[in-house]
Amino acid sequence: MSETSHSAAELGASTEGFQPRIVAFFCNWCTYTASDLAGVSRLQYAPNARIIRVMCSGRLDPQFVLVALRQGADGVLIGGCHPGDCHYQEGNYKCLRRYELLRRLLGQMGIEPQRVRLEWISASEGDRVREAINEMTEQLRRLGPLRLASIPTPHRHEVLSPVKRAGRPVLAKAE
Amino acid sequence: MAKPKVGFYWCASCGGCEEAVVDLAEAVLDVVQVVDIAFWPCATDFKRSDVEAMADGEMAACFVNGAIRSSEQQEMADLCRRKSQLLVAFGSCSHTGGVPGMANMYTRQAILEAVYTDGEFSTVNAEKAFPSAHVSRPEGQLELPTLDESVKALDQVVVVDYYLPGCPPPVKLIVEAVTAIVEGKLPPRGSVLAPDVAQCRDCPRIDSKPEEAFIKQFVRPHQIHIDPEKCFLAQGLLCLGPATRSGCDHACIKGNMPCTGCLGPLSRATDYGAAAMSAIASLVGSNDARQIGAIMDQIADPAGTFYRYSLPASQLFRRLEPAANGGQQR
Repeated sequence: MSETSHSAAELGASTEGFQPRIVAFFCNWCTYTASDLAGVSRLQYAPNARIIRVMCSGRLDPQFVLVALRQGADGVLIGGCHPGDCHYQEGNYKCLRRYELLRRLLGQMGIEPQRVRLEWISASEGDRVREAINEMTEQLRRLGPLRLASIPTPHRHEVLSPVKRAGRPVLAKAE
Repeated sequence: MAKPKVGFYWCASCGGCEEAVVDLAEAVLDVVQVVDIAFWPCATDFKRSDVEAMADGEMAACFVNGAIRSSEQQEMADLCRRKSQLLVAFGSCSHTGGVPGMANMYTRQAILEAVYTDGEFSTVNAEKAFPSAHVSRPEGQLELPTLDESVKALDQVVVVDYYLPGCPPPVKLIVEAVTAIVEGKLPPRGSVLAPDVAQCRDCPRIDSKPEEAFIKQFVRPHQIHIDPEKCFLAQGLLCLGPATRSGCDHACIKGNMPCTGCLGPLSRATDYGAAAMSAIASLVGSNDARQIGAIMDQIADPAGTFYRYSLPASQLFRRLEPAANGGQQR
């Protein structure tokens, strides 16, 4: 848990010239492919999103979102397949459930829920990628930089225990 | 050979951790046979000056419970760190911030005003006393400790060697830890001295946990008759077992109450609350956004539920300020 100095404020000293930083988690099968399409179609859109490809929006742990915000993102965009279209049957529904809970918690923590956004974008919707990133950039520009309280000098060095391959999966039933 | 010296100290805590040491019962006799208690202000008459008089590293181990939220606690944490070879964060509060850590939902000013001036609590304060670092009294000037803006876990202020999690740490884990220290059979520094598996793994109710997403509504323990055999999640009760470390012998679960997560995260989680949210949310049995929202709304206080013991150690650390809604929840 290394503390990244929250430099969004320094980067865009005023909200005027403020360039929001968006971390975008796109699913491999739909939204990432759509962003590829946006690229080959030469669509122009805001350069504020850093796209991270995940195999499925269902892979997106709320921890990823919080770590992104901690490390300097002003917002997180999540892109997955439309309901019913998930390559893995229902990963996008799991994402939806986590998203609904996470945004409630963020609201309680004083973080505008608009900073985390979930979009269903299929592989053919390159234009939706452009719209979503443009819209979100504008929205974040209005909200301003996310200024999280910095974590006090961290001495946390809790070690990882080796993954026990021999063990049963944690949630598996006992034989 | 002289017996190794150990110390116990408390910071922002409820005293339950000290109680856990007392709960060692006759096992405490085994402990004092092998170690000398050199500092334990809660139970024995030691003063800060006794610790200051020690050589650096004189104590083999010091167990510090409680979170850090005042200048005095910071000083004592530094002192205990200097005087002991091993510093053990004892209990949830020093491990991850604990229940006092939820004060990070509010500003220091809001907390002090609620307690001293707004009369929200029953404190009678006719003369409107308000905490201050410098106080004049007829007897003279007083310099008092100040309350910090935020509550911190122990390892956010000093280097911690080991963590003994739990609210309070289970007796079995305490005995194992002391034994390991005395015998010098400790795991790598930075380890949490508890099994690195989830509660569910060896939960006596695991057989009744459904395979598929199944939660149609969340209920709270007072709203239903709790089946003493069946998985709490299958009954709609929020049990944080899927994301919480094992090691307590399922004390709450065997007492027919769901796990609230005091033993903290597994070693591979970077944020306990988010990991627990992930585990619980994915079990909600609906694919419809509106219905999912309605089910999530039944969780009255997500931050207080999922960060009950770990807000300071979370990625967010504290509520974002200035609060858009005046420091009020929601």
